[in-house]
Amino acid sequence: MLDDCLVTEMPSPDRLDFRLNGQPVAVPCAAHRILLDLLREDLRLTGTKRGCDLGTCGCCTVLVDGRPTLSCLTLGRLVEGREVTTIEGISPPRGLSALQAAFVENGATQCGFCTPGFIVTATALLRANPRPSREEIERAISGNLCRCTGYTKIIEAIQAAADAGGP
Amino acid sequence: MGSTPEGPYRLLGGRIPYVEGPLKVTGRAEYTDDLQRPGMLVGRLLRSPWPHARLKSIDVSAARAVPGVYAVLTGERYPTPFGVLPITRDETAIAVDKARYIGDIIAAVAARDEATAEAALALVRCEVEPLTEHADPRMGVGKVTDPIHARGLAGSNIQKEVVQHFGDVEAAFAGARHTVRVRGTFAGVTHAFTEPMATIAEATPDGRLTVWSATQVPHYLHRALSEVLGMPMHRIRVIKPEVGGGFGGKSDPLPHEIACAALALETGRPVKVLFDREDVFYTNHGRHPTQNDVRIAADADGNLLAYDIEALIDGGAWSSFGTVTTYYNGVLAMGPYRVPNFRYKGRRVYTSKPPSGAMRAHGGTNLRYSVEVALDTLAEVAEIDPFDLRARNALPPGATTVNQFEITSTSFLECLRTVRARSGWDSKHRRLPYGRGIGLGCGFYISGSNSPIHFTPKMPQSTVHLKVDMDGGIAVHSMQADIGQGSNTLLAAIVAEVLGVDLDRVHVARVDSDVSPVDLGSYSSRVTFMMGNAARAAAEQLRDELLRAAATLLGAPTESVRVGHERFEVTGAPDRSVSFLETLHRAMETKGALTASGSYQTHPKGGSFKGAKAGTAPAYSFAAYVAEVTVDPETGEYRVEKIWAGFDCGRPLNRLAVEGQIQGSIHMGLGQVMGESMRYRGSRLLNPSLLEYKIPTPQQMPEIEIHLVGADDPEGPFGAKEAGEGPLIATLPAVGNALYDAVGVRFTELPITPDRVLRGIDRRRAEGRAWKGA
Repeated sequence: MLDDCLVTEMPSPDRLDFRLNGQPVAVPCAAHRILLDLLREDLRLTGTKRGCDLGTCGCCTVLVDGRPTLSCLTLGRLVEGREVTTIEGISPPRGLSALQAAFVENGATQCGFCTPGFIVTATALLRANPRPSREEIERAISGNLCRCTGYTKIIEAIQAAADAGGP
Repeated sequence: MGSTPEGPYRLLGGRIPYVEGPLKVTGRAEYTDDLQRPGMLVGRLLRSPWPHARLKSIDVSAARAVPGVYAVLTGERYPTPFGVLPITRDETAIAVDKARYIGDIIAAVAARDEATAEAALALVRCEVEPLTEHADPRMGVGKVTDPIHARGLAGSNIQKEVVQHFGDVEAAFAGARHTVRVRGTFAGVTHAFTEPMATIAEATPDGRLTVWSATQVPHYLHRALSEVLGMPMHRIRVIKPEVGGGFGGKSDPLPHEIACAALALETGRPVKVLFDREDVFYTNHGRHPTQNDVRIAADADGNLLAYDIEALIDGGAWSSFGTVTTYYNGVLAMGPYRVPNFRYKGRRVYTSKPPSGAMRAHGGTNLRYSVEVALDTLAEVAEIDPFDLRARNALPPGATTVNQFEITSTSFLECLRTVRARSGWDSKHRRLPYGRGIGLGCGFYISGSNSPIHFTPKMPQSTVHLKVDMDGGIAVHSMQADIGQGSNTLLAAIVAEVLGVDLDRVHVARVDSDVSPVDLGSYSSRVTFMMGNAARAAAEQLRDELLRAAATLLGAPTESVRVGHERFEVTGAPDRSVSFLETLHRAMETKGALTASGSYQTHPKGGSFKGAKAGTAPAYSFAAYVAEVTVDPETGEYRVEKIWAGFDCGRPLNRLAVEGQIQGSIHMGLGQVMGESMRYRGSRLLNPSLLEYKIPTPQQMPEIEIHLVGADDPEGPFGAKEAGEGPLIATLPAVGNALYDAVGVRFTELPITPDRVLRGIDRRRAEGRAWKGA
């Protein structure tokens, strides 16, 4: 059953070297390959979500050299030599980060599809600005859409994590 | 985690974090697109670029010849029509004979990768005969050229017409002291959930078909697959992974789900169909573009005498839930006030647009806006405070409406009292300066549709199975569909509450039709009420069995043993107790794992007239919201500063979830009233992306103050009623009425965008009407 089907796209000879969640990786990456596809499909890191492919929803947010980046608008080759951190890299091996625990405790997830993007964005915020004001939180997450929560509990969770000492 | 509830229960009534939360915050929750199957093909759909066309021939030979293409299907392969309502089956998996809107699926391909699939679709050759495009529902009510469906009423595009009359509306209006009228126009809006639809199907050599899909109603999908594919249900397995929001948009069985299964059967391989955001917008099934005309008659004291309502509803290309929509746009006016005379004429008309369907607070939202704006007008002309007007007309508990809805419990008056006091209404209404305003909007909603959509076979609305084995873990199975609202958490909490155990003993299994007993899924705000009652029944069976075992171990009569925390104890002598595990193992000695099955069935309700069941529910939720706004009269831009939300969901079982539902509902309601709009040129959708269809951002959200004031409902599980849809409805009129208070303009066209605010102010000034001195 698994004959030609698995030979989908012939691996491109182009080799991409970057650091992913703290480990060096080398993968084939064609010039047009989008970082989101590279992460989800080639590297099977499915915590990064595909919501719009247009940079409007923020579900695909990852950190590139620590900065929140829309992976659906980023060519894979642009992360050559850089450090990419996905939700999998933010999550500790056991348990939850303080920010993740605050999201759970405060009911900041509903359907959860936008949640990894919010966690990634808010982690970067709290690393750069450990005591953000409500306005600064709102501005930081304004590129992430959530249709379930009305944002109220997401903002409360980020504030709670900041109050408790960081992400 | 969580908090200790106020009330008689150990868990219920507190703040219970969602059980799957840790998976969601780490990206470990699995949605359909996160799943892979070995050898999986990519399924892609060719969508119609024509709003209405006869498909004379479709040549797929070139597409089939592309290397790496495994199947290309067109409509004639599986032409059996389906639809969420058995009485209006008018959809097919892939278009047969005609394309009915821009976006209709006309071919499906399975290929080894996306590029190959796209290349194949580009080679499909269609010969079509263009037919009349039907963009305006007003033009579809009479006989038309090229009706969209043969089943339209008398050669028209009318999909459903409802005429109801209770009492004597003419006489009531003739004898009225006050009459008011609002003619509302509402753009279509859509769910805009973040997870695009995705389906995986796999046919296996044992003759079975497995379908993983992002669906709110696995059971209706299961039925539709069986009907269209001609396979018995027992050979089809439907699995619901995590679902990234639905709000009604994933409640119909959808054509792509069936097309994906068809491709899997055709190829013998797993196939995944993943939507992009445009696919989601064209699939729509959102809230109907609507025009309504609400006339209200009252006596000198503001007592309501009659409603006379008409609605013209733009259905788009398919029926979907439309028959229900047509009823709801009238009958959901029957609360929260006593209305002795009622007349309604509603028509839903097919157009060449993406289909409209069920969206959160289905059928109640546009109607409620016009009714509540009309009541605000009535309060003004009758010189009665808007709160007093509503309180005077409130349905009391135990009331039966003129169309025979039974109001089992209502704390509507408490909702009114609370938000009136909390918002400072009496010192603000008509007293704030020009440009600032405060408004009241109210609502009610069904707590589950009393009638199931399918009547055969006769069966309960919800069934829950429990299994507990020697490990002491309690597995819970039910086809209820958690789409983010927290129903898994509630299911676990109810079981844990009844059995006295910690929440971590309870595991809610993924919905899988091979093992999950039927529950009708997430629509009509039915889950807490119906699944909750079924879960309680199942858990109580298990509890009783454990109490008998504990009594044996304790050497006490069963009646004297009660549930403690993780143990069973003799009433009045808590030192005489035995642990949960020890009790369980005793109970298992002769039979092994314990199992229990609980179910819930609604009692017959409603009259015997045509359409009498529409809008009947075992209970209703009630709401009163106050909104305060600030308007910039120079730009027309405005901000909703704060919303005070008084809500009656009976006893809130998980306060965290109820608050989340209210906050999310307000977000969605604000989106519709302030800016969201499916924009069309003719029947062509102009804004099929989240860039052009804007939902509110964090900065646009007001402060929200929630007051849960409900009393126990007699039939609700532990006294609970719904909180998933009702909280949306009151948002819109509260804002509309606050804008009136701010600038003296009645806005009856939604969304109320800044340019409409400016035009309204200009119009008022042109008419020489001053407002608050401006």
